[in-house]
Parts: sequence; structure tokens; C-alpha cells
Amino acid sequence: MSLTILAVDDSRTIRNMIRLALIPEGFTVYVAEDGIDGLSVLDGIAPDAIITDINMPRLDGFGFIDAVRAQSNHCATPILVLTTENAPEMKKRAQSAGATGWITKPFDPEKLVKALLMFAG
Amino acid sequence: MSDPIDPMAEIRASFFVECEELLEALQDGLTELENGDGDPETINVVFRAVHSIKGGAGAFGLEPLVRFAHRYETVLEEVRAHRLAPVGDAIRLFFEAADHLSDLVRACRDDLPTPEASSDALLAELDALLADPEPEETKPVDSPPLGVAIDLPDLDPVEEPKVAAPLPVPPDNMALPFPHWLIRFRPESELYKTGNEPLLLLRQLAQLGECHVDCDITALPALTDLKPEQPYLNWTIQLDGGLDEADIRDVFEFVDGLCDLQIDRVDGPENLPPPGSAAPTLAPKIVDLPRAAPSPPATEVPLATVPHHPDRIDEPHKSSTGATAKSVVRVDLERIERLVNLIGELVINQAMLAQSLDSVDLSPHSDAMNGLEEFQRLTRDIQDSVIMIRAQPVKPLFQRMSRIVREASSAVGKEVRLITEGETTEIDKTVIERLTDPLTHMIRNAIDHGFEDAPTRQAAGKPSEGQLRLSAAHRSGRVVIEVSDDGGGINRARVHQIAVEKGLIPVEAVLSDSEIDNLLFLPGLSTAAKSTDLSGRGVGMDVVRTAIQALGGRISIASEQGKGTAFTLSLPLTLAVLDGMVINVAGETLVLPLNVVIESLSLSHDDVQMLRPGAFLVRVRGDFVPLYDLGAMLGYRAARTDYNQSNALLISLDDDTRAALLIDGIEDQRQVVIKGLDDSFYRAPGIAAATILGDGQIALIIDPGDIIAGSTCPRSTDPGLPEKRARYG
Amino acid sequence: MADHPQEKKLELLTFRVAEQEYSLDIMSVREIRGWTRATPMPHAPSYMRGVINLRGTVLPVMDLALRLNLPSQEANARNVIIVVTLNGSLTGLLVDAVSDIVAMAVDDLHAPPDMATDPHMAVVRALTVINDRMIRVLDLAAVIPNRSDVAA
Repeated sequence: MSLTILAVDDSRTIRNMIRLALIPEGFTVYVAEDGIDGLSVLDGIAPDAIITDINMPRLDGFGFIDAVRAQSNHCATPILVLTTENAPEMKKRAQSAGATGWITKPFDPEKLVKALLMFAG
Repeated sequence: MSDPIDPMAEIRASFFVECEELLEALQDGLTELENGDGDPETINVVFRAVHSIKGGAGAFGLEPLVRFAHRYETVLEEVRAHRLAPVGDAIRLFFEAADHLSDLVRACRDDLPTPEASSDALLAELDALLADPEPEETKPVDSPPLGVAIDLPDLDPVEEPKVAAPLPVPPDNMALPFPHWLIRFRPESELYKTGNEPLLLLRQLAQLGECHVDCDITALPALTDLKPEQPYLNWTIQLDGGLDEADIRDVFEFVDGLCDLQIDRVDGPENLPPPGSAAPTLAPKIVDLPRAAPSPPATEVPLATVPHHPDRIDEPHKSSTGATAKSVVRVDLERIERLVNLIGELVINQAMLAQSLDSVDLSPHSDAMNGLEEFQRLTRDIQDSVIMIRAQPVKPLFQRMSRIVREASSAVGKEVRLITEGETTEIDKTVIERLTDPLTHMIRNAIDHGFEDAPTRQAAGKPSEGQLRLSAAHRSGRVVIEVSDDGGGINRARVHQIAVEKGLIPVEAVLSDSEIDNLLFLPGLSTAAKSTDLSGRGVGMDVVRTAIQALGGRISIASEQGKGTAFTLSLPLTLAVLDGMVINVAGETLVLPLNVVIESLSLSHDDVQMLRPGAFLVRVRGDFVPLYDLGAMLGYRAARTDYNQSNALLISLDDDTRAALLIDGIEDQRQVVIKGLDDSFYRAPGIAAATILGDGQIALIIDPGDIIAGSTCPRSTDPGLPEKRARYG
Repeated sequence: MADHPQEKKLELLTFRVAEQEYSLDIMSVREIRGWTRATPMPHAPSYMRGVINLRGTVLPVMDLALRLNLPSQEANARNVIIVVTLNGSLTGLLVDAVSDIVAMAVDDLHAPPDMATDPHMAVVRALTVINDRMIRVLDLAAVIPNRSDVAA
């Protein structure tokens, strides 16, 4: 199964880790550096799932999710939030912003793949 | 070097590169906060820098780094939340923590032991800033427990619940034996809004163990009244009683709070729990999940099916929207080296072409000659541009110095403020790297010896806080870096006295101010009344000067009593190109670095005097300097016996050693591209490197210091003359 | 020559040095180029001919005859330089002429007689016979000294 994923994170290291985890599994991975960048990349693609960081310059993860959900063609796209905090408060915020689920950094590549495969049906 | 095949090692390496950038942003942000000229985004930048380092460090299991960054970040979060002001002790601690973070990053990068003790001490100080310190951190959970599996066979999500309905099974006819789990699940509209999907949850449950699902469709209105955003369905699920409740709850982790969920353990038919408000189970239809699962109407949103082109998924991803940061391409240094080499060849080829065109006697106005001229100009431009690729701003170097200033000034209890100018000035990467040590030393020196203590400063009518200025600028093809303080200036009487005491100058020597100042560059001269931790370790300005010279640079000093001292470094833009004098010696073409050449001399009998056989002196305006016969020293021919009408070059090294080199002629004066010599099986004495001339021949570049030190000629004359330090001796 | 496809093969570049035939494993040979004047290095050992320009890099060139203590003639345009690679470094070997490239089985190489005292044989890794001529296979690591040898 070839899934298309958009990964939004301002850390090049994390973006690289995601690519390393997903590309060998046959995923097509688009990356973006922050929320604004993410929206512009999203403009030309229809990802099966989106992974996003929260703390980012220009437009943070919450704002990004809001903007994605506001687009009719992405309102049901699964969005996974990458977070270093395992705090319930953070999850609630992500959820109320419209995130589908979350992955705690540092992530286990296998679990990330599983989660994405599950979300994308 | 990391194994190029291991992508993880590459990412790790790039993580540390990214860390350096983040640390730079952190420094910048803190400086803005300290100066009070930041905007609301500044603290976010600072926070994110630490946060990103933590995130990446976690990925590589760099625990000490994660631990420190996490708690540093916790304190910064307080600033972000306006509960802590970044002033006074707080900002000082933030700087210290940034310095420490950078130590940790480098220790992790180089696999060195991390300084845990100082981490703990700093963390304790940071925690003290928090009114209500965070309890010892709640360990971040490795990863969410996603016990996920997928791809149930024969699953057809399009199958409508109504189609699946004609299996009227009474609700109490439970399909699973007791005990089992009874799960009542009613999604709210938020569940769909977050992109969650009951079908997927049900699949996960089915994956856990034997599972019967029935879907209640009674709330489903007629198709015409159906609002796709509204949740109409709810489910009752029976699940294998042997399962752990935690595993079941995990499945619903992401939808917690977005649905009514009731999970009960049923031991027998008599203790069926009453349905909570959540799940009014009216006439549920039992469906064997593997055959069909109901699809909630709300979620079927067609995804755009436009074929997409993952054009460039390689880093760096360029942001298409206007970013404030300069866009930067990361290139392997080796590739640049290769380009520099190729351009070097191009320059050489162009020179060869010019020579051959010259030999056919074309008119200077011919197309060929005009074209050649243009070609030469372009080649030069390309060469300059390529050299600039290796250039980097001095900013990171200056940032490192600001740390040195903080540490050194607090060590000696002086207040010193660093002012930097020209941080964007660019200079060759290698030059920058090799400037760190000499600059560090100069700054420590200035703080240690340059600045008076606060009472003395006040008595002199100066602010008690000293000012250390570090500036960089491009000046006539070179980079000039200046380190200046507003301290007391050089105590010349003291310097003179020490130089006499140490036998560096004769007692009766009368020296000008600038000559005294230059004594500071002599080995073994230290003026500190008391030896301090910082600079009293016998490393003197002579070491600094040697390092600067090794870069092809010069250092000079200027000092005014009571006003301060300034050191000026003049450095070449690059180490790849040398301003050279092309000379001829015994039929060989050689290159001498132009910066050592003072003048050319035409010798006559009278100018040269024999000190002893094989050792000669030449008189240059009343002074005697040793004369070295280059051709003989390099073994190209026997030593000359008659110096009449011969040519020599007067050279001066930066330590003021002067000498005359006997040569046969000067051919040219120009820039040459430096080529390293492979010295794996032979290193020639007196030779620094090589270059390729226009005719394709290799010319050796002379190392004048090596020639004068006499290491070239182990078998012949002994050039170890006593005039090593002619001016003072 | 009989065909033994299952045997380990190697290819040798054979060349003449001072009227003698030598060879090198072709895998260590990068290229062969004509003689150009070398820039002499000060105080170098006699077999160090100097350095030449190999497309922009500085290539040290060794006179193989002198290195093997054989009589050497003044280099001229009929000489060639064999550019070899050893441990990542390139070195030029000045020889009289290149003869041939021969493929052979590893089994056809014979250990040289034990003549450790003979300096000619110290750099010979193996001997073989091609068309009734004895060919010496050079041990490149022994031919190209490392710096500590020279410094001694």
C-alpha cells in the first residue's frame, strides 16, 4: 500500500527521522517546516494522513490543524500530532483543535507506521 | 566519518549541525531578551530552540541532553507564560544554561562523557527560579500504546448498515460466552470532526480478540433528512473476556472525550449492567464484524483524487511562502573543495591558452584576443565567487566569544560588556575555525590584564563596566578583526622592566612606545603582576601571533595610556589562494608568499660579508641580515661563491626575523591557487605547498620560516645564525 | 592457455624497467600517461623524480629503476608513468615502457624464492611465466615507502 503523508515539523532532524521511518515502507512523504509551509504544501496534494508538530514558528500546530480542518477536502484527513509531552492537557488541546490522535516523541518508527496504516484504513 | 550507507548516522550528524543553528538562535534570542529589544516572538524562538534540541536528542536516546533541555524548557515556558521575567539572575542563568546546553550537545556529538555534576547544579539554580518547581519529571512515555493491526479480510466498508441489517438477532441473545466485555460506544460529532473513524476502532477491537458488534441504526433518519455531520449510530460490542481492560481503553485513547463510552465486564446474564445514558440499545442488530462493518455516514468525504507529484521530497524543503530567514543550501565541504580545484584548473588552463595565443602573434584587437580577455575576466569572477562559497559569517565565532567574556569576567569579578560589530562579515570557513583559539586567548588576556578593577575605573572617571569591542570588516581584499578594550592601556614601564629582567632586551635599550608594545609578542613575556587562572599559564601573545601567521595573517597592537588597547588582525579571505611572488632559482620556478617580501636587493661584493665559511651576512642600510642561498639550500645547485650582481629578496617574518634570500630572478607577482602536497611518503623541507603554473608545470611554494629555521639543509652549511631576532638582539 | 572458468583470475599489467620485465595487479593501476617533466623536490631520495600535474592534482613520481636499484636512464618522451593507487594515495611510477595486459589464474603465480637479503626480491610478491618469460609481480606496498621509512 502506498500512502501519501505530509509531515510538518520545524526540526530537520525530526523530519528526517519521519522520512527514514516511512519512505522504506513505501510511503510518499512530503515535508514542511512550519504551519504556513505545511498549508502551502498541502495545497497541491491529497495526503492520506498528516503528521504535525505543535511548537513551530509562524503558524503552530494548533493553528495548522484548524486551517486544515477548515478545508472541505481535508476535514476528515487523519492528523497525528507529534508531541514531546505526554500531558493530558496537551492531548485535549490537540483534540479540540481537530487532531485525530497523537504520537509521543521520540517515536518508535514501527508504531508510527502502524498508526498511519491504521488511520489511513 | 560516518558510514555513508547508514542513514541513521547521517541524520544524527545532521541533527548536530541543526543543534548548532538552534544554539545560535538561542544565543541571539537571549541577547535580544537581555537588551530588551526582543518582540513577543523572541521568547518563542528561544523556547523552540531548546524544545527542538530536546526532541531530536530524544530520538537518539541522548538522555543527559534530553534531561537538561527538558527542565531548561520548563523554566522558559514560565517566561513564555509571563510568570517569570527574563531579567537579572534569570537571564544570566539562561545564558549559562545555553552555554551548558551547547557543551552537552558537543559532548554527545563527540561521544564524550557529559558533565552531569554541572548539569545538576545548573538545573537546581534554574528550578529555583520557578515559584513552584516542577516535581521530578514525569517520564515521557515512549510512544502511545497503539496496539494496532489492520486489513481485516473481506471487509467492505461501503456496505450499508441497512443492508447488513436483515439478521434480526434479539439483544439478549449474546453471541459470546460469559464472562465477556460489553462495550457501549456512541460517537459524538467531535469524533468525526477530528478525523476519527469508528470503523477503524472496531477493527482494532476485533484485532484484540473474538468480537461481536451490533450497530444501532434506529436514530438514522430518512436519507433526505440526513445531515452528514451528525452522528446517528451507536454500537454495542462484545469482546473476549480474557482481555485486559487497559488494552481495550487504549483502542479508544484518541477518542476519549469525543464519545460516550461504557466498558463493563459481564460475568453472566443476570448481572448485565444497565446501559448508561450513553447507549440506548434499541433493537440492535448483531453483525459479525469480519463480514461487514457499518460505515458512519458522516465520514465519507471523498479525498481529492488529483494525481500528485512528489516533486522534491529531499531536504532542504524550501518554503514557498516568504520566510524571513535567508534561504540556505547545505553542501558537503568536499564538493566545494572539488569545485575550488576545478576552478583552479580552469585558471591554469586559461593561462596556458593565453600563452599559446601569445606565441602566434595575434593582433591585440583580434576577436581571439578580445575573447581571451573576456574569458580571463570571467574566470577571475568565477574564482572569486567560488572562494566566497567557502566563506561564512563570523557571527558564530563572535557568539562563542561572548561566552568567553561572560565566563572570564565573572571569574575575575569584573563587569565587562561585549560589543560586536560586523558579525555578517564573511571569511573562509577554515580561517574561522582556526581563529577560535587565538581570539579566545586575546579576550581572556584583555579581561585579565586589560581592564582595571571597578574602583580604579571610577577613579579615572570611567563607567565601572568595561567595554570590550570585537569587530570584523572587509578591507582591501582582507578581513580585519579588531579586539579592543577601554582599559588602562599597556603599562610600558612594566613591560620594559620585565623584558630587561628576562634578558629579552639589553638594560640600556631605548625603545619607542610601539617597540615596547611589540615586546608583548615575544615568547616568555608575561606582565601579569599575579598569575591568574585565566591567562597566566605561560601561553603568551607569541602563541597568538604564531597562530595568526599560520593563517597568512598579521597582528598589530596599539595602546593608549588610560584609554585602552587594541589588537588588529589582518587575515586573508581564503586559504585556497595565495598572493605570491614567482621567482626563479637554478632553473626552477618557485613561489614565495608575497606578504613576507619587503624589497628586492641587488648585491655587490661589498654588501656581503662572510661570518664563517658557509654563513654570510648582507648589509641592508646599516643593518646586517643573514643571507640564504635558496638554490643551494634546496639542493638545486652548489652554493655560490661570488655574490657580485646577484639578486636577493629581503624578507621579514611576522616575528620580525629578517633575512635575505638569494635568487636568480623575479618572474611575476600574482595570485596562485594553493595545492596541497601529498606528504605521505616524503615531506620536503622548506616547502609549504605547490601550485600549478600557466604552462602546466608545478611550482613549489616556499615556507620562508622553515628555510630560515634551517631545517632545509641537514647536510650542508649550518644556517643557524645568531641573528634570529636581529632587532632586539 | 586452458580455460578454467571456475578458477580465481587476475589481470596483470606488464612493463619493462631497465630491460627487465615486471608487472602489477591491474586493479591498482589508475591510468598510464606519457612522460612530462617533473618538478624536483628538495633533498628528496634519488628515486623521487619529483611531482607532476595530474589534471590539477600534484602527483609524486618515483623512478622505478632507481627504486629497484637498477641502472636508470634519463627520462624521455618514450617513457611512461603508471599511475597507481595505494591506500587512497596516487603515485606515479616511471617505467621504460608498458608491454601488455595478461589475464591469468591466481594459481599460476608462484611464491618468490626466499631471498630476503636480495633487495631486488624484497619488493616482488610473486613470479609467473608468460610465453616462457619470467615476470615479477611487484608488491606495491613494498615499492612505495611510507614516510617513516624515508625519515629513518
